[in-house]
Amino acid sequence: MSRRRATALGGVGTGGGSDALDADVLVLGGGPAGTWAALAAATTGARVVLADKGFVGTSGAAAAGGNNLWYVPDEGDRRERAVRAREERGAHLTDRTWLRRLVAETWDRVGDLEAWGYPYPTDAAGRLRRSSLQGPEYMRLMRRQVLRAGVTVLDQSPAQRLVQDADGVVVGATGVHRQRGNAPWTVRAGAVVLATGGCAFLSGALGCNPDTGDGHLMAAELGAELSGMEFSSVYGMAPAFGAQTKGRMYQFATYYDGDRNPVDAAGFSGREVVARTLAAGSPVYARLDLAPPALREALRWSQPNFFLPYDKAGIDVFTDLFEVRLVLEGTVRGTGGLAVVGDGCETTVPGLYAAGDVASRELVTGAVSGGGSHNGAWAISSGTWAGTAAASFARRRGPAPRATTVPDEGRAGTGGSSSGRGTTVPREVVRDVQAEVIPLERNLFRTEHGLRGSLARLDAPWADAVPDLDASAEPAKAREAAAMVAHARWMYRAALARPESRVIHRRDDHPDLDERLTHRIRVGGLDEVWTRPEVPVREEERAS
Amino acid sequence: MIELVSPSRCIDCNKCVEVCPTNVFDEVPGGHPVIARQQDCQTCFMCEAHCPVDALFVAPLAEPAPEGSAYRDEDALAAAGRLGEYREWIGWGKGRRPGSLRDRNGELTELASAHLTQRFQ
Repeated sequence: MSRRRATALGGVGTGGGSDALDADVLVLGGGPAGTWAALAAATTGARVVLADKGFVGTSGAAAAGGNNLWYVPDEGDRRERAVRAREERGAHLTDRTWLRRLVAETWDRVGDLEAWGYPYPTDAAGRLRRSSLQGPEYMRLMRRQVLRAGVTVLDQSPAQRLVQDADGVVVGATGVHRQRGNAPWTVRAGAVVLATGGCAFLSGALGCNPDTGDGHLMAAELGAELSGMEFSSVYGMAPAFGAQTKGRMYQFATYYDGDRNPVDAAGFSGREVVARTLAAGSPVYARLDLAPPALREALRWSQPNFFLPYDKAGIDVFTDLFEVRLVLEGTVRGTGGLAVVGDGCETTVPGLYAAGDVASRELVTGAVSGGGSHNGAWAISSGTWAGTAAASFARRRGPAPRATTVPDEGRAGTGGSSSGRGTTVPREVVRDVQAEVIPLERNLFRTEHGLRGSLARLDAPWADAVPDLDASAEPAKAREAAAMVAHARWMYRAALARPESRVIHRRDDHPDLDERLTHRIRVGGLDEVWTRPEVPVREEERAS
Repeated sequence: MIELVSPSRCIDCNKCVEVCPTNVFDEVPGGHPVIARQQDCQTCFMCEAHCPVDALFVAPLAEPAPEGSAYRDEDALAAAGRLGEYREWIGWGKGRRPGSLRDRNGELTELASAHLTQRFQ
């Protein structure tokens, strides 16, 4: 083991036995939201453990991708105008109070990044430009700050289940060290922050494969409610040969059909034409010929990770045509997730908080995609709020009781029982789920008939294959497979409950927006999935 | 997907094992780390970014490169300047400046929207 890893593991032994740690706050997931949560909690003096499935510093969609933040100065009415614009674009499923606090909190926390030494660029006028964060740099810095704050980091240690006390309060989690023979770990904590990311169904979308909905499943096993799961049909544009889904550069794209004739689909607005063409089985090509030549060098330095795969493939995106495809980004760029029901990002389960993409971002995105700055700002702010609130909850409640229960590991539908006696290979279940959620004609262009068919084909494996998953070799992968089945079922039940088209949720059998459906939709349950409308969005906001 | 751990460059620091978000590599006592689970690679290039000696190559493909592919030919990749390419762009490594200092995403939004507005009016 390298010296650095030993530091990160803190007091954890490196033997094959079971690790047991105590903390005030346990954070699960170490992308932006998890690291901000850990820092916020540690700042209050709390003892914090941060466990990540991968490596804190490379894990999460932001590390590979990067973030352009929703970043608006407090000048005149600029923020208020930005808030109103968001409400309009999100088709009025947002919450104005949350939007206002999001824009303010993000601004302040970005100031922290500057103080910690993030190498921001300056513009021609000599002003610092702080709205863009390049992924590798950002997350390397966040790892350094977390370790400096005294947080105990468990890398390569996926969480598997939450632990509750007799009052139903979440008081820790169990998991495995996947690079140490899946040796088990247990962390007992005063409160838990979930920051495990959204779910992109192992589609390969840039940086999204660790995001398999693990946190949603763990929370739902304790009865947590979700919201906005119908907003889960976002796809990223990628080269046909790869899966790199950074989207911004395609604002400069012209698209071409199989005969190399331009299709009427320039820039961002052409995305639907491209999707319909691809769904019909016809190839689409792109070229970024709208990029002004004078800007091209700057584009490269701004998003080197966009250009890297094309450079490696010998393609000049400004002059060469290249075939494209759409890659599912699910609830990573889509915005459904655990419902947050308090200012501290409380979930509906006591002691459990949700930050970043595992949480529903509807309050700040409405029905629009979370990509392009919403999610990055949300990760920073929701992480900060959740970490602070979890630390406060733990402090008020005192030491966690010794008597705790893990949800019955063998019960039907949770998958990956510790006995690991099942016979179903996780990869087979994943393949079955992908067949329902990845095709454009099933997930992007939804109909009642299609949704019901998919649900029938998803309910069956939930009942049969998931309880029979083989978790003996790779327990974390069995849990991922179970999590993805659950996720897909919530998505499509919620999609059925919204018989209209609203920004990213499209129903080809209901192509128009229905004003009567201007409310958020809760979804939950595992064996029996339910939906219900949330209380209507405030009248004052609908009227404006 | 990851295609190469260069035996001539690798210093066995096992950084790639440590940082891979999808746990693709395995440490080998007394040897170089190996690509143990290529099918789990998500082509995120994070291992390339963190490799201190530019010993790794991640092909841009979402599937394993075919047998005999130039993406698996270390000499050809090295000659073409493909090893360590990402680190140059992000400015990681001794004596380099962070690439983020040249990031113009912030201005890009304004420039691009102005340009596109002009084009479509």
